[in-house]
Amino acid sequence: MIKTTGMNFLLAGVGGQGTLLASNVLAHVGVRAGFDVKKAEVHGMAQRGGSVSSHMRWGERIYSPLIGRGEVDLIVAFEKLEVLRYVDMLRSGGTVLVGDMCIPPLSVSSGSDVYPDDAQIRRILGQATDDVHLIPSIRLAEEVGNVRAHNIVVLGALSNRIPQVSEAIWLEVISEWVPKRFVEVNRDAFQAGKTAGLSAG
Amino acid sequence: MKKELLAGNQAVARGAYESGVRVAAAYPGTPSTEILENLARYDAVYSEWAPNEKVALDVAIGAAYAGSRAMAVMKHVGLNVAADAFFYASMTGMEAGLVIVSADDPNMYSSQNEQDNRHYAKFARVPCLEPSDSQEAKDLVGVALSLSEQFDGPVMLRVTTRICHSNTLVELGERTAQEPPEPPEYRIDRSKYVMVPGNARRRHPVIEERTRQVQAFAETFALNRVEMDDTSLGIVTGGVAYQYAREVFPNACFLKLGMTWPLPEQMVREFAGRVDRLIVVEELDSFIEDEIRLMGIEVEGKGIFPICGELDPTIVRQRAIEAGLLPQDAAVPVRPSQAQGLPARPPLLCPGCPHRGVFVTTNKLKLVVNGDIGCYTLGFLPPLSALHSCGCMGASIGVAHGVSKAGIAQKNVAVIGDSTFFHTGMPALLNVAYNQSDTVVIIMDNRTTAMTGHQQNPGTGKTLMEQPTYAVEFEALVRAMGIQRVHTVDAYRLADVEAALRDCLEADGPAVVIARRECALLPVARKQWVTLAVDEDRCNGCGLCFRVACPAISKSDHLDDKTQRAKARIDPLLCTGCEVCAQVCVRRAISFREEIEGEEV
Repeated sequence: MIKTTGMNFLLAGVGGQGTLLASNVLAHVGVRAGFDVKKAEVHGMAQRGGSVSSHMRWGERIYSPLIGRGEVDLIVAFEKLEVLRYVDMLRSGGTVLVGDMCIPPLSVSSGSDVYPDDAQIRRILGQATDDVHLIPSIRLAEEVGNVRAHNIVVLGALSNRIPQVSEAIWLEVISEWVPKRFVEVNRDAFQAGKTAGLSAG
Repeated sequence: MKKELLAGNQAVARGAYESGVRVAAAYPGTPSTEILENLARYDAVYSEWAPNEKVALDVAIGAAYAGSRAMAVMKHVGLNVAADAFFYASMTGMEAGLVIVSADDPNMYSSQNEQDNRHYAKFARVPCLEPSDSQEAKDLVGVALSLSEQFDGPVMLRVTTRICHSNTLVELGERTAQEPPEPPEYRIDRSKYVMVPGNARRRHPVIEERTRQVQAFAETFALNRVEMDDTSLGIVTGGVAYQYAREVFPNACFLKLGMTWPLPEQMVREFAGRVDRLIVVEELDSFIEDEIRLMGIEVEGKGIFPICGELDPTIVRQRAIEAGLLPQDAAVPVRPSQAQGLPARPPLLCPGCPHRGVFVTTNKLKLVVNGDIGCYTLGFLPPLSALHSCGCMGASIGVAHGVSKAGIAQKNVAVIGDSTFFHTGMPALLNVAYNQSDTVVIIMDNRTTAMTGHQQNPGTGKTLMEQPTYAVEFEALVRAMGIQRVHTVDAYRLADVEAALRDCLEADGPAVVIARRECALLPVARKQWVTLAVDEDRCNGCGLCFRVACPAISKSDHLDDKTQRAKARIDPLLCTGCEVCAQVCVRRAISFREEIEGEEV
């Protein structure tokens, strides 16, 4: 399923979750692997806790920074509600990787809306593709010692999907992008995600 | 050569550095803010936040008069504020290059309109350059400065949100322009730089001749380029729209414009002659299309592609199929979205936002509030619904004054932030004092320019380049303007806010309430964060605290035995301890900081 010519990723999460850090890591992994890379952050007015998404394209020569609807190869999400907003962006046979973090929006915590349960989430994602993977990112990040590394856990799972990029490149870029004192825990988080990604379903 | 992945805004800053800009000024505004933030990291360039875009442009013009390459940066609506300066700069020309960056916001991600500022370029006879990625954004800054010097007039670099906030690979260079060995002399030329009618009449034909020369240059400009392929379709385009069109029409012929005003007429004519069907793909207005039509050339554009909003590959593809430019089977199969009915994450005032308590109070007093541009604009959202007009920067005070002069029954209130007050609120408050209306102005002084991400301003005591400076005293400032009734309150203390407002409302004449409290996200505020808690024995689920619309307060799973309503709960990860909810709770069910901090001791 991996195209050799390039890939379109859509990253999604909630502001403050580390989505932008993950998208910076992924972009620089692409550059180091020799691709032309374009990355577009899509967000509205500055706010804590809003929806954040990022279009990321790797290829020989990329034109548009935005990905067309139905042309995303891989959705990489860090929150279970956010992933659902982008399923119509996925191409047929595309892949969804989602960390199992749950951040209820105000309308849910104030009782006027309901957060979808896992069965509902799997059903909506299942209508778009068979290739859906829920990663226990919070548990794995806690196990390696820092829950904030949940985003790197998800990238670890993603790395299995891009076999043409060596693990060394991933670890190199992660080390450059996370604060020095968190390098070790993030490398562990990457490995944990990578192992889990092989078996997750 | 080293290549780096840069956002368009970073690339513009890098371009200014490399091409020898010595003075740059701006007022923060999405999507342009990061340009000056990035430029401020280069010591070789003097960068500053000006109180508004007009001042920023005057500053840049002055630097260019004095022989230094200069740049002014603003969002699209900022150029409305700076338009007066933009026009005279076009008339006078300068001694060194001047580039004006206009960051337009198609789709209005953070703006009140989506005006297309290419019209300003034509209006003021200023050449307009448009990059289609970060590399061009960097390169075109240097091109703009060279053109500015070659033709003796300012040059506009028009970028859009998608260019500003997309990262693409850029080849870095060195700073090329040499610093002068000694301070330059100021060259006096009164006939050129004093724009009184007599001089201006002599300058106008010079400007029109300059446009003809720039037009001739455009014919040979390397970034106006033709890419020939299948001649059944020819596409004229520029900016990020080029990227979408290139992707959707891989085999078409392209005339890719790096300069979108003035157009290279011969080039367009020749290109049109070589293709069967000529279309323009451009975002927002039919600007290039109209220019081509004025040449008497048959062209299509906005008949196919939308005027409103941002383009993307999906829209360009769909419209092209509908117009018969692509076969039906060029459509990308899409599964219907299941996203309808999902809980949204609309923008909100943050937990601990000092604006919240002021709006709770204006609601309690049932006040009509004329609002302004900043985080506090979000006070219009339900359940607060506390703000009743918002048009542009600085509008609140003038509008409130007009409302008052129209003779409505109750006193109304203007709400304006500290940075917006400096921007364009000050002349309006001067008018309130001068022409005496019963207007109450609340200055929401949160000690920063919050909405665009915490920029310094004349009230914060620091400059863009992190130099300590004088911090203006609002109280002395408004008194000097002639406002005699002035209250300063802590925006977190609801009783004090209410008492100050009541005093102003009961008295005749203008009044100012300075509601001061630093933005809860500033480092100095974060250090004081404390988590409050709900005493479930006291809470009866009355719901008063839900109406303050704090993301940290939600309904718990526990129902009150008598009322059968959900009790409140406070999210310890979100609460900052501002106590606004605790103050509205009539049953004293929410702890105050004292109680929490007492326990901790």
